[in-house]
Amino acid sequence: MIKRSFIGLAKPLIEYQAMDVTPLEPQEISIPKKVTLFIDRPYNHRDSILLNIGDQVKTGQKLSYSEDSDAYVISTVTGTISSISSFIGDYGKAYTAISIDVDENEETDDQFKELIEDPTLDTASNYLSGVPGNPCFKIFSDPERPINTIIVSGADCDLLITTNQYVVKAHINAINNGVRVLKKITGIDNILIAVPENLMQDAVASGAEVRTVDSEYPSALPHLMMQTISGQVVPAGKSCEDLGVCFFSTEAVASIGKAFNEGSIPVTKTLTFIDKNGEKTLVSARIGTPVSEIIKAFNVTLNEQDRIIFGGPMTGSSIYSEDYPVQADTDAIIVQDKDHVALVSEYPCINCGECIRICPVNVPVNILVRFLEAGQYEEAAEHYDLYSCIECGLCSFVCVSKMPVFHYIKLAKYELDRISIAEATNA
Amino acid sequence: MLNQKKLIVSHAPFCHDGSSISVRSYHMMIAALPAVLFGFFQYGINAVGVVALSISFAIIWELAINKVTKRSISIGDGNTALIGLLFAMLLPATSPWWLVITGTFVAVVIGKHIFGGIGGNPFNPVLIGLAILMVSWKDFFDFDQALLNYDLGFAMVYPLAAVKHLGTPGIEAFSTGGLLLGQQSGGIGATFGLGLILGGIYLIVRGFIRWEISISFLAGIFITALLFNLNNPTLHAGPLFHLFTGYTLIGAFFLASEDSSSPVNFIPMLIYGAGAGIMTVLVRNLGSYVDGVVFAILLMNLINPIVDKIRPKALGKVV
Repeated sequence: MIKRSFIGLAKPLIEYQAMDVTPLEPQEISIPKKVTLFIDRPYNHRDSILLNIGDQVKTGQKLSYSEDSDAYVISTVTGTISSISSFIGDYGKAYTAISIDVDENEETDDQFKELIEDPTLDTASNYLSGVPGNPCFKIFSDPERPINTIIVSGADCDLLITTNQYVVKAHINAINNGVRVLKKITGIDNILIAVPENLMQDAVASGAEVRTVDSEYPSALPHLMMQTISGQVVPAGKSCEDLGVCFFSTEAVASIGKAFNEGSIPVTKTLTFIDKNGEKTLVSARIGTPVSEIIKAFNVTLNEQDRIIFGGPMTGSSIYSEDYPVQADTDAIIVQDKDHVALVSEYPCINCGECIRICPVNVPVNILVRFLEAGQYEEAAEHYDLYSCIECGLCSFVCVSKMPVFHYIKLAKYELDRISIAEATNA
Repeated sequence: MLNQKKLIVSHAPFCHDGSSISVRSYHMMIAALPAVLFGFFQYGINAVGVVALSISFAIIWELAINKVTKRSISIGDGNTALIGLLFAMLLPATSPWWLVITGTFVAVVIGKHIFGGIGGNPFNPVLIGLAILMVSWKDFFDFDQALLNYDLGFAMVYPLAAVKHLGTPGIEAFSTGGLLLGQQSGGIGATFGLGLILGGIYLIVRGFIRWEISISFLAGIFITALLFNLNNPTLHAGPLFHLFTGYTLIGAFFLASEDSSSPVNFIPMLIYGAGAGIMTVLVRNLGSYVDGVVFAILLMNLINPIVDKIRPKALGKVV
């Protein structure tokens, strides 16, 4: 994909994909026969679930998990629920998966329409937390972490993706509307929009204050954006929300704007599809569409040992089944041929220092990885800046030994989280 | 869900810049080639024999240790071949076969694998091999004696030995240009200054070694030698003489810059390089050994973990 340059003296410059001047309209994927939606809650068959197999659902209908839980998902199609099961995602995160067989005639649910006259935070968090772009409204009701700034990110945070940039170009009015709604429902006036330099002119119409993001990876990751936009450095182990700043993608804001403007909940996700030859196409598909439908639409032949990646090449996650559905935060789908799959090796660190020079936040990766390999996570966190890592993946990208450095870091953070949760519950 | 295609699942990132240990090793060897070929040209079949024996035995020892420790075979990464090549480049062309075999054993087994193999060695394996041999069989490293039967059309005295025993009057026969073009006796691949510099520049430009280490090493030698020279011009040779004789250039570009025994942060690299340069001249001018590069670099290898603690503060670190 991106190879080491011949001149290796300076650190390599890895740049974000810039949007074309006149973006093509996304290619629409027809509604599949079956969609799968995830409710962000572990499935337990003893729970009194409000949903049953055989239930008829309409497009835009809210499917709540149970009476005593506020977990829900918005149906993106009209049809019949065909199965409810448990699904385990990355790092053991459990979801309830709902499969819906799609009917030919589409009907739209109008429960939400009655509420759009007077937008409130409750309405938004009750209906819109699964819209394309995956906005999070819970953070506004956390009394311990008051939010004072919203940064709308029109820069895609991973390489090769142009999804959010496209939204800035094509749906700036919806963003404008979304910004107004956000200001009204959250009471936060300080809303900024961060875009790459080439979209500055377009972003002015959003009604939010415009800031630019550098084109060099990883400057569009939240921690680094914080630093350049608001001048605040996020302390190690803290999140941007702890400092009162939260991030929304432009797509999320545009979805909110559209929802309150049109009275229907957006159900179509825009994403960048990258095929085996690296051809990039913008695609719009219903949330819940299995990835196999998109692959079929582009005539890509999928073989054994290929790789499908949800998200960007640096920070995305690979999936194990072509039935896996498009989700609200899937900004890109990449298909890699098995000949292009970069694998890790069992070699140890040879201390060449490439990671040290490329790390944007000065983590001593060469020492850190030695501790992580040995499973000494506490020492790594205490002395070698594990929690300063902003998870950009560049260390693994340049590793001469092809060590899974990023994987070790994520594993260490996950294990330390588990330890602290176990200690808290057993205390 | 049955009969599904099996996809490869792994953790991000999903691309790699294509660098690898074998690419690194082979480019180091390519960069060393001009100097080695010049050695072949000067010393003929003897030099070819030493280099070939050294590389092959380095690989054999590595293979043996792979078998003994039941690890995966690692000779393909080129690292051990590089050790063999660099080791041979430091030897006189007349080294006996058993010296080469013993030396590569010490370098590969004791220098590298005892410490856990590639990446684990606290010292440069080549220098460990050479230092142990130099201490054990001093006479074989007396270049004047070893290369007694060669007549290559220039003064066949080892320049550093000459200046040590006779002071600057003893080295009047050497011109800087001649030294650069390899008109001096010494190790097989250590005398052709121009070739080593070209190789070094290639490695620096391609990013396989760090300029901070090489340049500060040379600067350390230059400044220290200059001070000695200014202090007593009849006893101590000038800085250029020190730059182009002995193991200085091969040390700067191929030995001091070895990955695992050298620092990775900017300031530590400068300290490490300069320290090794200063120590080299101290050994040459004041110590009992003729050339100090080997011991100077080994000494700095020793303090590498400590100096490498000088590093920039991580983002968001709360002290």
